[in-house]
Amino acid sequence: MTNNTPLTNNTGLSKSAAPGVANSGLATQPDNHFDRKGLVQIVLLGLLFLVPVAAYFLGHIYYVNLASRITIIAMAAVGLNLAIGYGGMVSFGHAAYFGLGGYVAGISAYHAFNFTPFMTWPVNVPGSDSMLVVWLVAILVCALLALAIGAISLRTTGVYFIMITLAFAQMIYYFANSWPTYGGEDGLPIYLRNGLPGLDTNNALTYFLICFFGLVLAMAITSRLMKSRFGAALTMARLNDVRLATAGISPYPIRLVAFVISAVITGLAGALYADLNGFVSPTMLSWHFSGELMVIVILGGVGRLYGPLAGAVLFVMMETLLGGMTQYWQLFLGLVLLGVVLFAKHGVMGWLAGRERNE
Amino acid sequence: MSVTLLIEQLLNGVQLGTMLFLMASGLTLVFGVMGLINLAHGSFYMVGAYATAAVTASTGSFLVGLGAGIIAAALVGALVELIVIRRLYHRPHLDQVLATFALILIFSEGTRWIFGSSPMRLSPPSWLTGFVTLPGDTRYPIYRLMLIGVGITVSIALYFLISKTRLGMRIRAGESDREMIGALGVNISKLYTLVFALGAGLAGLAGALVGALQSVQVGMGEPVLILAFVVIVIGGIGSIKGALFGALLVGLVDTLGRVYLPIFFRTFMPPSEASGVGAALAAMLIYILMAIILAFKPKGLFSAHD
Repeated sequence: MTNNTPLTNNTGLSKSAAPGVANSGLATQPDNHFDRKGLVQIVLLGLLFLVPVAAYFLGHIYYVNLASRITIIAMAAVGLNLAIGYGGMVSFGHAAYFGLGGYVAGISAYHAFNFTPFMTWPVNVPGSDSMLVVWLVAILVCALLALAIGAISLRTTGVYFIMITLAFAQMIYYFANSWPTYGGEDGLPIYLRNGLPGLDTNNALTYFLICFFGLVLAMAITSRLMKSRFGAALTMARLNDVRLATAGISPYPIRLVAFVISAVITGLAGALYADLNGFVSPTMLSWHFSGELMVIVILGGVGRLYGPLAGAVLFVMMETLLGGMTQYWQLFLGLVLLGVVLFAKHGVMGWLAGRERNE
Repeated sequence: MSVTLLIEQLLNGVQLGTMLFLMASGLTLVFGVMGLINLAHGSFYMVGAYATAAVTASTGSFLVGLGAGIIAAALVGALVELIVIRRLYHRPHLDQVLATFALILIFSEGTRWIFGSSPMRLSPPSWLTGFVTLPGDTRYPIYRLMLIGVGITVSIALYFLISKTRLGMRIRAGESDREMIGALGVNISKLYTLVFALGAGLAGLAGALVGALQSVQVGMGEPVLILAFVVIVIGGIGSIKGALFGALLVGLVDTLGRVYLPIFFRTFMPPSEASGVGAALAAMLIYILMAIILAFKPKGLFSAHD
């Protein structure tokens, strides 16, 4: 099963962009939109890279930071897309991992700034202002939390799964809200952005490039994963878990692993987001954010590699443009979203680059 | 003193439970009959509270306001069902979640647009303010006692509606086999609109009653909505009996946990830390309860659907 032949193509543009059914050997369907899709993807990623670089050298730091924001939100959505789009697990609680990653960055920086230990028993653990440490801890903590939440939630399906993931995220939210040590509902400022050896992370462009690298890495991992044997099993778990079980593969561990990876990607995005804003608060954990992440995944096109990126660009642009015009911009977001859900099921990428899955 | 506190908190727990039941029964009915997950249920709660506040302010009568609140919520519910919700019955749950999430955004921002961001004033009528003295020298607000009474009355009425009337028979039939009752000549779309409006009206009633106790503001329905989700997940989605049991359980555990956990931690921790740990743990208590129940019964306690 390792030789997952890429679709016949001669451009090589979107070798990494054909997830789901077409790749898993379950259905072979000619992809008529191949060149168009590859073009749209290259343009999308290229613009995301070039616009902030140009803005930086023209002196518009605001746009560089806006691009960092888009990139981080897109990365969080890439994580969620792995669960919803590829795994069919409609998690309504991914804000929990996003916020947890953020709090790892915030709490670590807080202790490093104050020279106080995070804990003294059983071992002395100091804070750290190194992003590498923060990321590593964020990965571990998010993986453990997702393992616990996933292990319970994945025993259920359908509406139960949606509501349980929501409820667990709310649990973390209320915990952060009422735990006074790290600011409670006021949140926790990060006075000095965490650093990386040899890099000036306070430079807007440097930070954008770090985020961009994170996004590309997350997309590459998703793409590799979905081309592997594991990805084929995950696709089958979504389409028909009885058949997967008949083939001798238990769907539960497959789903659980995918859920954990998905949470880790979203959690890392959260750590980047906290450092970008220099602030972490329970808002990052709120169910509104979980909802917005789902909106981004759907707006972009569910189960498509570039969908989250397209969705994030659209969402943040709408937020910035409409938010500049009216303070009630979410009303219009609601109307657009309603329209997309009711009438345009395949999202922006479906519209720009053609349909991908046979639905 | 501590017996008084216990009685008072038990009553508070039951009061929260009955209000949660008003929310959860609508949610669980809509899911049971139509198979729809409705996040916008909290918006009807908010609509009920705003309509009650506005009408009470202009007529001066809380009862008239309350009636207007219920009717407004039910009408808005029926309208939303006709325009949006009925396109979603055959869609996957993901679409339902997103569309109703969109409705929340529209309702919340729309309400903010019309009524402004500051909370509206709504207080219980003068004949419902004051205290009663219960056995054991517990002084308890009349209004909260009234809420418990309303909750119990509505529960009984709902029981009769569902088990004794023709509408209830159709609802039960719809829960067990949607296609069949359509085939038997029941006007399904009318039934759906009616059930949805009934649920919305109950949510509006809860919103109006609780709004007079707390405050009437944008987003007031969201925490309640999530509690109601916990309730119906614990009780078993689609089951009214489960919703009642789950609502009381969640109401009691949440209320008692918030009072007694900090007290408990104070017995072996310094007070400042104890209140922090206690409060944080109390906030998580019902979710932990839910996790434990689901670990043993993944379909909830009184599952109606498989």
